Amino acid sequence: MYSAHVSVPLTLLGLLEREPSHGYDLKRDYDAFFGRGKQLPFGQVYATLGRLARDGMAIAGNAEPGDGPDRKRYAITDAGRHEVDAWLAEPVEPEPHLQTVLFAKVTLALMLGKPASAYLDTQRAAHIRRMQELTEVKRAGPLVDVLLADHALYHLEADLRWIDLTSARLAELAEAVRNG
Amino acid sequence: MSNPAVPASVTRGSLIEARDIYKSFGQTPALRGANVAVRQGEIFAIMGPSGSGKSTLLHCLAGIFTPDRGDVLFDGQVLNAMSEADRTRLRRTAFGFVFQFGQLVPELTAADNVALPLLLNRTRRKVAYMTADVWLGQLGLGDKGGRRTGELSGGEGQRVAVARALALAPKVIFADEPTGSLDSLTGEKVMDLLTDLARQQGATVVIVTHEARIAAYADRVATVRDGIASAVDPPATAASHAAAAATGVD
Repeated sequence: MYSAHVSVPLTLLGLLEREPSHGYDLKRDYDAFFGRGKQLPFGQVYATLGRLARDGMAIAGNAEPGDGPDRKRYAITDAGRHEVDAWLAEPVEPEPHLQTVLFAKVTLALMLGKPASAYLDTQRAAHIRRMQELTEVKRAGPLVDVLLADHALYHLEADLRWIDLTSARLAELAEAVRNG
Repeated sequence: MSNPAVPASVTRGSLIEARDIYKSFGQTPALRGANVAVRQGEIFAIMGPSGSGKSTLLHCLAGIFTPDRGDVLFDGQVLNAMSEADRTRLRRTAFGFVFQFGQLVPELTAADNVALPLLLNRTRRKVAYMTADVWLGQLGLGDKGGRRTGELSGGEGQRVAVARALALAPKVIFADEPTGSLDSLTGEKVMDLLTDLARQQGATVVIVTHEARIAAYADRVATVRDGIASAVDPPATAASHAAAAATGVD
């Protein structure tokens, strides 16, 4: 199975795996690492944390005194950790233009000291398998299918190059993530 | 160094194997413990960026280079434990080669180039040229046999190189960046012909490429990085077939 989309809940849950945090801290880190210029609304952060707590992925501490809508500190549960691990290890569906979700996974894996390199290898394998299937389509199919397969192959190849380059830059990226 | 007296147990179904091989050029390591096992009759791609050690791995598998450490097995024999003369004989009789720039003799005709390895193997001249004509025909070059290869286009030259490799009826064809000097469409045509004809002949093909689109012609793909060959991708799974259906190309 593949996970196809950037997941705000899973990314927030991953950030919680570092240490118990307030919604405000999670929003700040999400915006800094994953927002790419688009901020996550506070409302979405608190709604997501509420759902994660409801589903047993996180637990909310008692409200603390202070300003703001929600001063609860959230912590990840074992079920939440399991969910994050499973999400990171799953290859993304090999479609073109998936750098956003892969970027999020790699960055989060590095933050959590998880095997980002192995995740990229799994993704590389998924990409290559998809390219083998498309090449087979080209060998047998009509020209229209060949042209569509060509388009997908060139984009997958570009993604694969990004995966290779990111693999080569993991140590550098880990340093950047550690230094915020 | 290997001990030729020690019989090599071969990984089941594999025709060629590299076992933990190391190769350096001066102080520069090219391979650092590479392992691959190529099965009989498969198209096997070795992919990796420039300088990753993939060509060195191919040259070791083909017995052109001898590893500093580790073993290369072909059909149960330890290649690096053979004498140079035996290795040369094996390369000439059981292996065919296709390189990036063809490495044809430009002053000779296409037919001469294809017939040459057969003549070196003491095939009778008439038979060698008849075989060359058949293979040139298979590669769509039936009317080019009399042309000097220096006058042919890049794609035609590579097809002559494929014909030359196949004419020997080799057990293995080693292809090092076979499409590297060709435009995309010509490269695809060369790959279609190489892989189709090799499958028809039951030949095993080992292709080195830095292009994923070329590696995708293979049944299995190994990736080499920093001199280490990573695990070979498993065959396509039910999940990836489902993904294929979902993207709607086929």
